[in-house]
Amino acid sequence: MKHLLSIDDLSVDQIQEIFATASDMHDVQRRSVKKLPALRGVTVVNMFFEDSTRTRSSFEIAGKWLSADVINISAKGSSTSKGESLRDTVMTVCAMGVDGLVIRHQASGAAQQVAGWVDASVVNAGDGMHEHPTQALLDAYTLQRRLGSLEGRHVAVIGDLTHSRVFRSNVQCLTKLGAEVTVVAPPTLMPSGVGPWSESAGFATSYDVDEVLPTADAVMMLRVQRERMSGGYFPTAREYTVGYGLTRDRLAALHPDVPICHPGPMNRGLEIAADAADAAQSAILDQVSAGLAVRMAVLYHLLAGEESSA
Amino acid sequence: MSLLIKGAALFGTETADLLVVDGRIAAVGADAASQAPSGTETLDADGLVALPGLVDLHTHLRQPGREDAETVLTGSQAAAVGGYTAVLAMANTTPVTDTAEAALRVWELGREAGLVDVQPVGAVTKGLAGEELAELGLMARSAAQVRVFSDDGKCVHDARVMRRALEYAKAFGGVVSQHSQDPVLAGPSACCHEGEVSGRLGLPGWPGIAEEVIVARDVMLAKHTGSRIHVAHVSSAGSIEVIRWAKAQGIDVTCEVTPHHLILTTDLLTGYDPVFKVNPPLRPTEDVMALREALADGTIDAVATDHAPHARHDKEHAFVDAAFGMLGLETALGVVRTAMDDEFDWNDIARVMSRTPARIAGLEEHGGQLAPGEAAHVTLVDPTATVTVDRAASVSLSRNNPWHGHELTSRVVHTVFGGKVTVRDGALA
Ligand SMILES: [Zn+2]
Repeated sequence: MKHLLSIDDLSVDQIQEIFATASDMHDVQRRSVKKLPALRGVTVVNMFFEDSTRTRSSFEIAGKWLSADVINISAKGSSTSKGESLRDTVMTVCAMGVDGLVIRHQASGAAQQVAGWVDASVVNAGDGMHEHPTQALLDAYTLQRRLGSLEGRHVAVIGDLTHSRVFRSNVQCLTKLGAEVTVVAPPTLMPSGVGPWSESAGFATSYDVDEVLPTADAVMMLRVQRERMSGGYFPTAREYTVGYGLTRDRLAALHPDVPICHPGPMNRGLEIAADAADAAQSAILDQVSAGLAVRMAVLYHLLAGEESSA
Repeated sequence: MSLLIKGAALFGTETADLLVVDGRIAAVGADAASQAPSGTETLDADGLVALPGLVDLHTHLRQPGREDAETVLTGSQAAAVGGYTAVLAMANTTPVTDTAEAALRVWELGREAGLVDVQPVGAVTKGLAGEELAELGLMARSAAQVRVFSDDGKCVHDARVMRRALEYAKAFGGVVSQHSQDPVLAGPSACCHEGEVSGRLGLPGWPGIAEEVIVARDVMLAKHTGSRIHVAHVSSAGSIEVIRWAKAQGIDVTCEVTPHHLILTTDLLTGYDPVFKVNPPLRPTEDVMALREALADGTIDAVATDHAPHARHDKEHAFVDAAFGMLGLETALGVVRTAMDDEFDWNDIARVMSRTPARIAGLEEHGGQLAPGEAAHVTLVDPTATVTVDRAASVSLSRNNPWHGHELTSRVVHTVFGGKVTVRDGALA
């Protein structure tokens, strides 16, 4: 495995291998001294063209606990600024000798394009509306720990699907691991061509949260960006919450063993009620610590030992 | 000055010699050679098909403003290599071709290059802003004799402005060539076809309907004003339906299709390679098939390249940020032949790539029948050759060639522009 650009790049065995390593890394997090020597002498650059404190810190800590030299570059705005192309920007950084490049970009496909240009291993830390593979891995890892296995389990993914890279990675990851997935959104926030896509990829679609929730073994809420309201995707926040939010009423109807996930940052009161976010069954803080473990595992598999030189 | 083109199959049928004297065809047939003045140069065309020089309704030459991507000279060279003898140079340069002076500059640069007729397209609106009409009449009455007006790259979106342009151009036989893309419906960051592929890739798409609503509106405006409308680079099956209906109503509408829309599909975007980023976008197979059918049955009048050269660094961005457009002049004939292999004979090729585009653009010296008295614009093609496209071999200044590595049917061997050999054995003469 040279890069992690998309969940599509991973076999089920590779995913489970990452989970096994993540589980070990999870144990490391509980130690007083958290450093492992695995990536000593390895340079990892976090290149973020788009702000994301939480993902960047997660990758930064993951790299440091593996003893890598981690450098953060905020490249915001430089790709589209006149003169310098994305290729120029990335090649300049890589010319300094980089082993791993963790890239976050506001444009779909950017990580894949970059991987075609550089020698370093590229990790996609979120590309536009396309994919966020480490998020999907940490979500599936979290759910697998909660539910034992994802085989045959029904996961409801609810929210703005059109603009969500979390959805795009998750639907692949969850179905790959044997889960049944239903995605729920108003028709205006369903991705174009979702009909034939869902058929070939094997997931279900719905406009009706209350029809889906009773059979859900896990609920994954997606963030709704408030600027979508001016895009005319739905009339008001109030109407969105009534139609698609995980409200107090919907929480009350949910079985108390059903984990609730959210990739954050949350709009409390819009897509998720405070009660639901803080409920005993909420897996949201588990997701954060799992994120660290999974990112350590991913960096380890890409950059340590024989796999990185292969 | 005289030239004897020996042994070409005219429109792919009867073989004849063509004698050219002082830039015009002087004689055609077995006895043409006997009339050749002494010192006549000979061009061997044995086994080649002779067509009237190709005419491109839609070329971006980038001069003035982006001479690093293409100039009138290098674009003319690419055109000649592709078998063209006339190109219409789109107005979206920097500055925009929206005055008589600007049009004349492009026209004169074309004459200096001397490889094809470079006919400027005038902007419909000042600065392509879509608000006030550019000086259409002054451009038409200048020595450049502008007849085609287009804000290409942008749609004339305001229905009232479009109506006025259509009406106004009637005074001098002008035609508006519309880039049909409703900017609101398509959205500001639209960069590919909206459909299953864009949904999976997370790219903001623009659907065929954003083209179709403008085509539908414009044919109704053309009907209302009694004017002539030309639909540039039609790309969707729905637009074809509208145009077919409009033609049946007697509305004066013509349209063009690009070579790339006859073969390439939206599936090519899965690698996010900006070489396939073009506007209108590559559409699904159903649209491609509808376009081929419409070209075969005459609903689509012409093939136009939308040759859009870009400097390397303008394409080496993330897909949504990269420039729109692909090269087309050098490969057009091969692509059309490859796409239309079963449907088209050489007369059909001449119709859609020379005769009809010349008529639409009002270029009377082009698109002839290869008959005595006509201007000697001739393209000579090896019909049996196959060519594997190598982007490095291009004479364009740019390399954004989507056909790199493709095998195309037929090869332009010689091009004759006004009796002068501009391309010989596939290379600039
Ligand atoms: Zn256009």
